[in-house]
Amino acid sequence: MTNVLSLLVVIPLAGLIPLFLFRKDERAAKQVAITTTFVELVVSLWMLTQFVPGEAGFQLVERLQWLPSLGISYLVGVDGISVFLVPMTTLLTFIAVLYSSGGAIKTRIVEYMTAFLLLEVGMVGVFVALDLFLFYIFFELMLVPMYLIIGIWGGPRRIYATLKFVIFTLAGSLLMLVGIVAVYVASADPSGTRTLSLPDLIELRGRFPADFQFWAFLAFALAFAIKMPMVPFHTWLPDAHVEAPTAGSIVLAGVLLKAGGYGFLRFGLPLFPIGVQAWLPVLIVLSVIAILYGAIVSAVQKDLKKLVAYSSVAHMGFVTLGIFVLNLQGGVGAVLQMLNHGFVTGALFLFVGIQYEKTHRRMIADLGGLANMWPLFTTFFGVFVFASLGLPGLNGFVGEFLVLLGTFAFSGAPPLGGLFWGPLAAIGVILAAVYLLWMFQRVMYGPVREAYRALPDLSRLEVACALPLLLLTVILGVVPQPFIAYIQPSLDRVIRLATDPSFVVVAFK
Amino acid sequence: MISLVWLIPALPLGAFLINGIFGRRWLGHLTGVIASAAVGVSALLAIGVFLEVLGGKTQTVVSLYRWIGVGDFTINVAALVDPLSSTMLLVVTVVSFLIFVYSNGYMEHDAGFYRFFAWLSLFVFAMLILVMADNYLLMFVGWEGVGLCSYLLIGFWFERPAPYYAAKKAFVMNRIGDWGYTIGIITIFLVFGSMNFVDVFKRLEVGAPAQASLTLICVALFFGATGKSAQLPLYSWLPDAMEGPTPVSALIHAATMVTSGVYLVARSMPLFDHAGPSLQVVGVVGAITAIFAATIALVQFDIKRVMAYSTVSQLGYMFLALGVGAPVAAIFHLATHAFFKALLFLGSGSVIHGLGGEQDMRKMGGLRRKMPVTFWTMLIAGGALAALPPLAGFWSKDEILGAAFVNGHFLLYAIGIVTAVLTAFYVTRALWMTFYGEPRDHHLYDHAHESPRVMTLPLGALAVGSAVLGIVIGFPPEQGFIHRFLAPVVEAAGVAETTPELVTVVALAAVSVVAGLIGIAIGVSMYVRHRPDPAALTRTAGPVYRILVNKYYIDELYDHRLVEAARAFAGAAWAFDIHIIDGLANRLGWALAMGGQGLRRAQTGIVGNYALTIVAGLLLVLVAYGGYAAGILGR
Repeated sequence: MTNVLSLLVVIPLAGLIPLFLFRKDERAAKQVAITTTFVELVVSLWMLTQFVPGEAGFQLVERLQWLPSLGISYLVGVDGISVFLVPMTTLLTFIAVLYSSGGAIKTRIVEYMTAFLLLEVGMVGVFVALDLFLFYIFFELMLVPMYLIIGIWGGPRRIYATLKFVIFTLAGSLLMLVGIVAVYVASADPSGTRTLSLPDLIELRGRFPADFQFWAFLAFALAFAIKMPMVPFHTWLPDAHVEAPTAGSIVLAGVLLKAGGYGFLRFGLPLFPIGVQAWLPVLIVLSVIAILYGAIVSAVQKDLKKLVAYSSVAHMGFVTLGIFVLNLQGGVGAVLQMLNHGFVTGALFLFVGIQYEKTHRRMIADLGGLANMWPLFTTFFGVFVFASLGLPGLNGFVGEFLVLLGTFAFSGAPPLGGLFWGPLAAIGVILAAVYLLWMFQRVMYGPVREAYRALPDLSRLEVACALPLLLLTVILGVVPQPFIAYIQPSLDRVIRLATDPSFVVVAFK
Repeated sequence: MISLVWLIPALPLGAFLINGIFGRRWLGHLTGVIASAAVGVSALLAIGVFLEVLGGKTQTVVSLYRWIGVGDFTINVAALVDPLSSTMLLVVTVVSFLIFVYSNGYMEHDAGFYRFFAWLSLFVFAMLILVMADNYLLMFVGWEGVGLCSYLLIGFWFERPAPYYAAKKAFVMNRIGDWGYTIGIITIFLVFGSMNFVDVFKRLEVGAPAQASLTLICVALFFGATGKSAQLPLYSWLPDAMEGPTPVSALIHAATMVTSGVYLVARSMPLFDHAGPSLQVVGVVGAITAIFAATIALVQFDIKRVMAYSTVSQLGYMFLALGVGAPVAAIFHLATHAFFKALLFLGSGSVIHGLGGEQDMRKMGGLRRKMPVTFWTMLIAGGALAALPPLAGFWSKDEILGAAFVNGHFLLYAIGIVTAVLTAFYVTRALWMTFYGEPRDHHLYDHAHESPRVMTLPLGALAVGSAVLGIVIGFPPEQGFIHRFLAPVVEAAGVAETTPELVTVVALAAVSVVAGLIGIAIGVSMYVRHRPDPAALTRTAGPVYRILVNKYYIDELYDHRLVEAARAFAGAAWAFDIHIIDGLANRLGWALAMGGQGLRRAQTGIVGNYALTIVAGLLLVLVAYGGYAAGILGR
């Protein structure tokens, strides 16, 4: 069956029907949501088995004419760049829903689960859409449920945080809409036929003149830069994370941020090679700033969640750096870093949430001495902390190291070459150890506090949520090569498209 | 045997997993037996591998799988078995095994027993990966892995603040060094197109690349080595690392992990040899660190701190050896030091254990009667550290100083000789204060007892090593077994091993021995005859004494000034984030909201008006961009 991608888009929607039918029964609603996201996860893994590694092009493609007069079609497909992002999304959503059903969410369960299923449609859709209009719809569809998740089930300042999140993101995506319309107009061939299909657009990108590319890339880049987020567009992120419920944070950090990095690779690089070259110096400098600045600001955070949020800024800096050094090692490193960040930072938010559910404290100064009571919690949390600070043997290292390798090898235009930016970015690795270990020590070590003495270690449900992430953290660190084999060919194609404006790929054979 | 080389690290890894997963609930004190047995079998296998290398298989690569491969960048999980790595395998597994056995006694009453043996096994695994790796990146896995275990084990008693502060300090300082390591190995890849030892050195022979890039590589790698091997300027974590349990100090912070920087430079000798001034840097930093740390060790009262600064100093000797082009002497000293320093630490641990946790030598004294085994074994180790013939340290240290002299580095030689005097003095002082004289704290003395057999047996075994290892593998000087065995490594490096004449050898050895005897004589004179009286000397040499006791105020500089400055900077960055970046965004939002207030009058509530506005707006946008794009197309 080749409709597996559509199936992935439809399953969460289908789950809304039983959810609606059982709207009076919270237990049933939870079970419906868990089952739906689990089926979605299984189907996404099955999709993985259908994918043939080693090929650069799009696979499992489905195309339906939708608005032919406007050149808009329902076009979905995956390649090596997106093929792992989809199961990552379904896994994190499943974990988020599973964890939420354990008592972390107490009000409006049915509405909450509805929001999550809708969110999953948007997230999966973003990673499979190959039509710019379709992509835009999914991109915006992610926004609404997350707006509600933060705004209804969030912390005390949830309204401020969620409005900020929406206004920032919306400002970006409206710019992208302008960019999409411009691309649509510019795609006209002599007979006046226009298209929004990505493969077609890549084929005819020779029609985009240099100054058009300059502005169109900027419109897309701003949308993605806000979503990532890149410095200086990042300030919505700490507020959104602090106020979001745990599951919201997991998905926000784990998946939503990746839409930015993915967007750069999927649309920015292949469509506007000249625009990319023009903006390259700025983007590289901003990436290195994000790595260092995010880490430095992380170090002085008093709120555990804010610390993890700022660390995301630094980690996303590695993603954009890897993308914009425009070579194979950097690009593969960036994709791996997206996956790793999804699993590891998702897990960190999960553990901050678990911890908060038990102690009802999130200020680092109020915590301490947890290690002695919670050996299991400490072990899991410790592994994720060390993965996040890039310990070799765990997953974070592989991505970061490849990005650094690519950066050193970068010999492009910016004022100074890769031998300047590489060592500078590598300082971020030192800083990660500083802020993460300092946090770990203050939260976990020290004498046991009386107030927390009776609190239980991880429950079975919490272990079930964390264990898959732990396994992936180890597997991606010890045997990353099978994953790289999937990613590399597609990434190679994107890099060649981005570095050689005259390079042409025929959309469909 | 060589084909089974991966079993050597696999066994401790298995012990780690079993102890880590099942230890807390089910295994209890069995974890110690499991871990010791695993490392014991590893040691037997390492002996087998060593013998096979000795039999002529001087270079074998045992590959497991491809770890990372992107484009032309390929890294395998593969082991390089050659004389250098098989020597390290042997030293690491044998010393580890003895310390594991000892720990069964030392940690017996600790609540974290299973955790201790899980982490210690993980450490051995990481250390073995470090020495077995056939490329720089896999070596980095072990390199950081031992750093992780060091962090976990220094902070083993994490309820008290001192251990976890020390743990974090160690990891962060190592990370600073690792910055250099990262830069070094990435540059190696850019220059040579590989990170594989064999490939890199082969390409070096074909045609040496630019001097500048080679120097960058070597200086960067050496900066990494200063972090792990506690050399200036990144040494100050090691004395603090003594907050960990004493077997950890012996194994990780004396015998094995801290020598990995020496191993890295020895392994990279071909690069350093081609890289002009970088070897000089290594030698000078090593010599300065050796004398610097030795002067601090003169005045410390905590027995473990004396040994810690002594370790820093002895590691300095090893780098001095590398710097004067004598990698064999460096590895030789690494091996003998592993035995006698591990013994000194375990002996100190036995004393601390016997005194119920007391580490201050001012409260000891006269303990030789209570703890005869500990006393005699430590005496042998102390003699080896002071380089008295025929103990192990004599042969290896003598080769280092001899190489410095023969190769014309007279200043480094002089520093080495002075340091030898200092070394002999502080070890005499430490042993005297602990074992001789009258007991200074009678309560402690009365309760003091010799340690159980499980602890004294490893002491005995290490004492045998400390006594005879030098003469067995290092005699005759400069031509001993270790020179013949490591010859392929030296040849690969292209280092000319100069064999001095017998007269020179004997004369130099005599100078070394005299230096050691002078140090011991001063020590005995001061502490037995009170000539000069230590207390009086402390007063007369007041300012100097204060500087030494306060360790040159380096900790104050690092831990307070630098850390505070960094914290202030980070705080300023955060304020910038809130007030400038976010403030700007919020002000923009506020301005828009105010504008919206003004536009509120447009909110007529008539849907038709809204629809009209929407259509008009849409048309405006479309027309504007259509026109723009048409303009482009028309061009």
